[in-house]
Amino acid sequence: MADKIYMVVSRYDPDRDSKPTTAAYEVPLRRDWAILDGLNYIKDHVDTTLSYRWSCRMGICGSCGMNVDGEPKLTCATFLSDYAPGPVRVEPLSNFPVVRDLVVDIDDFMEKLPRIKPWIIRDDDVTVIDGEYLQTPEELAEYKQFSNCINCMLCYAACPIYGLEPDFIGPAAIALAERYDLDTRDRGQRERLDVLIEREGVWGCTFVGECTRVCPKHVDPAGAIQRYKLKAAQENVKAFLLPRGAR
Amino acid sequence: MSEGAAAAHDVLLVGGGAAGLRAAIAIAETNPELSVAVISKVYPMRSHTVSAEGGAAGAIAEGDTLDEHAYDTVSGSDWLCDQDAVEAFVQEAPRELLQLEHWGCPWSREPNGRIAVRPFGGMKNMRTWFAADKTGFHMLHTLFQTSLKYADIVRYDEWFVTRLLVDDGRVHGVVAFDLMTGRIEVITAKSVVLCNGGSGKVFPYTTNAAICTGDGMALAYRAGAPLKDMEFVQYHPTGLPFTGILITEAARAEGGWLLNKDGYRYLQDYDLGKPELTPVLRSMELGPRDRLSQAFVKEVEKGRTIESPYGPIVHLDLRHLGEKLIETKLPMVRELCLQYERIDPVKELIPVRPVVHYMMGGVHTDINGATPIAGLFAAGETACVTINGANRLGSNSLPECLVFGARAGYAAAEYAGSAQPPPAVVMRQADDELRRIDQIRSGDRGAERIADIREAMQSTMEDSAGIFRSGDSLTKGVDQLADLQLRLQRIQLSDETRVFNTELVAALELANMLDIAECMLQSALQREESRGAHQRTDFTTRDDTRFLNHALAYRDPDGGVKIERSPVTITRWPPGERVYGR
Repeated sequence: MADKIYMVVSRYDPDRDSKPTTAAYEVPLRRDWAILDGLNYIKDHVDTTLSYRWSCRMGICGSCGMNVDGEPKLTCATFLSDYAPGPVRVEPLSNFPVVRDLVVDIDDFMEKLPRIKPWIIRDDDVTVIDGEYLQTPEELAEYKQFSNCINCMLCYAACPIYGLEPDFIGPAAIALAERYDLDTRDRGQRERLDVLIEREGVWGCTFVGECTRVCPKHVDPAGAIQRYKLKAAQENVKAFLLPRGAR
Repeated sequence: MSEGAAAAHDVLLVGGGAAGLRAAIAIAETNPELSVAVISKVYPMRSHTVSAEGGAAGAIAEGDTLDEHAYDTVSGSDWLCDQDAVEAFVQEAPRELLQLEHWGCPWSREPNGRIAVRPFGGMKNMRTWFAADKTGFHMLHTLFQTSLKYADIVRYDEWFVTRLLVDDGRVHGVVAFDLMTGRIEVITAKSVVLCNGGSGKVFPYTTNAAICTGDGMALAYRAGAPLKDMEFVQYHPTGLPFTGILITEAARAEGGWLLNKDGYRYLQDYDLGKPELTPVLRSMELGPRDRLSQAFVKEVEKGRTIESPYGPIVHLDLRHLGEKLIETKLPMVRELCLQYERIDPVKELIPVRPVVHYMMGGVHTDINGATPIAGLFAAGETACVTINGANRLGSNSLPECLVFGARAGYAAAEYAGSAQPPPAVVMRQADDELRRIDQIRSGDRGAERIADIREAMQSTMEDSAGIFRSGDSLTKGVDQLADLQLRLQRIQLSDETRVFNTELVAALELANMLDIAECMLQSALQREESRGAHQRTDFTTRDDTRFLNHALAYRDPDGGVKIERSPVTITRWPPGERVYGR
């Protein structure tokens, strides 16, 4: 293995550039260095103006998603040596406005998140004084994988539908809706379906499955979207047959 | 700027992790008429709570008692905690964890559907609630998602607070800048709660995230509030050597062994009990973190550790636990090892070393999170109430964020209800701050680089105030930090772009960390005894006559650190010997 590798990094300064450019940096190639270590090396020793987000460096905070050789990745969990001899291309996540260098604007997702009501909805007045809700390990397993989403936005970057139709509520948000729907403590299925049944809810998805493929936490948003389409279809049938109050 | 504040709130929470969000929800639920805002340098779900793994302690299991949780915490703290705070904490922790359950936290369960609990270090009974080994992650996302229910909670995501506005002993808000635009703004508030985490990044090897730069502690310190017990720094005994990634204590609670280079369970040589095949509570690998990290250093001195490119290591052995247990109870441990060390703990030994994990010290508060500055509160790792004293027990910090986050939230709301609007003088302070930031931003002051000073600070701290310290090492560290403070005045910033200027953030974080580091060294220097995580090679025993008290570090007008002492509150457990494994 060579002891250095070139990183070709996307640069964009909104004050000066009309469109993004690239810059190449030579960084040490070490077996245990992630892409993020390479970026930190550049920031600390070569060019202090390079801007990107990162924090936990253990694949759980969801900050450091970027496109690496065109694929959305968590850069703290993606290793330089897997791209040797290089060069390796590092770009901001696709489908989001670029703020600067490798930083994208995720406000659209942050605004969509509350729309699917990602909290426990109840129709009674149970309080903590009544103790815990019982939930068996099997019931927990029903929704567990959907609760592992770290909001890293890789699925939005990979989603061809979101790229074309920004109103599409998107994979992570739908997976989270399904997470609460499947939770035995929740009674909010109806309210969430009302949101997702809209045109920009689940219907935009043509089941490409890229979201599930790129998820670093093995969440299955594509599966959640399929389940919602089924629920929505059943709801449409019911809407034909029954008055609203009886549904 | 002088025309007025950009925004005004009743309560401003600085930090959006477990403590901040718990406080926000507490206020939104009980005082919906108040204007509540959360300001954080990251999106709330990126906060460092997300990295907590093993669990959250709350006595609910049959046979467990609040008194036993309290005693474990008091003895774990080497009697430096305040026992009134501990009593409130153990009593409220189960209710807070239950509240999280009602909000949807996916706690691991018993077959009958009840909450499951696991053993943890220094705890006599099984009382640690867990969500597999991603407890902090699930708690944070549950809190964040629940907070979205309260649409009136205003959020300033990716805003960096640079100064507290304080006049005549009262807080009136903050100056902060929006990373996205670079705009500097005044946000006034009748009360402010600091809940922006710890400061592990002053050390080179740490489990802490990049964001853990002691911002809340530095803000309070510069505003005149004291930092308490800053000499107590927790080394977690099992971090991965290069990255410092945490391998949770739950790995030992589930039965993992610590082995030296001879494959020997060396903890048996350090008064921590006899090795058994299955885990024994308050014994061996389930001893407290301070004692385990100290044993590691002794093994290094005996030449019984293994050399690695990142210094000496020992091994954590999980192989005998089997794939099924590891997959269900410790999935993240396996994931982290596979991803970052390329080893599989089902079949291979995990290389580990002690790494800086937690600050027992922090902003001095009372039992309701109130600091000596009126209207200023603190909670979570930023704060020092203190339930942790000289050594925190694993799985007490997450419920601490909930219990004292809620308490600080209620107290801040109550204060806000009676506080006056900010006086005009604070706007002048804001103008000063604006000029200061602009000066840093556009300054052409010298040739020093942020990364060089940061690295020098980190190695200074490891060398002078590591697991063992001495008067000599600390004095040398103090001198080196003074030099680094001078170098900080000569840093060269190259980034002139306002939008998302992370170089400016790094410069401000570095200034925060240097102040915190000074407080740690001065507090450590003046504590001439060994207690909990503070081990002096020149004062090797605990000295209750002189030091059964807290250190309060104040900032002198000339910028130096002044240490005062305040009494420890003892209610029911007089100082005794810490006994583990016998």
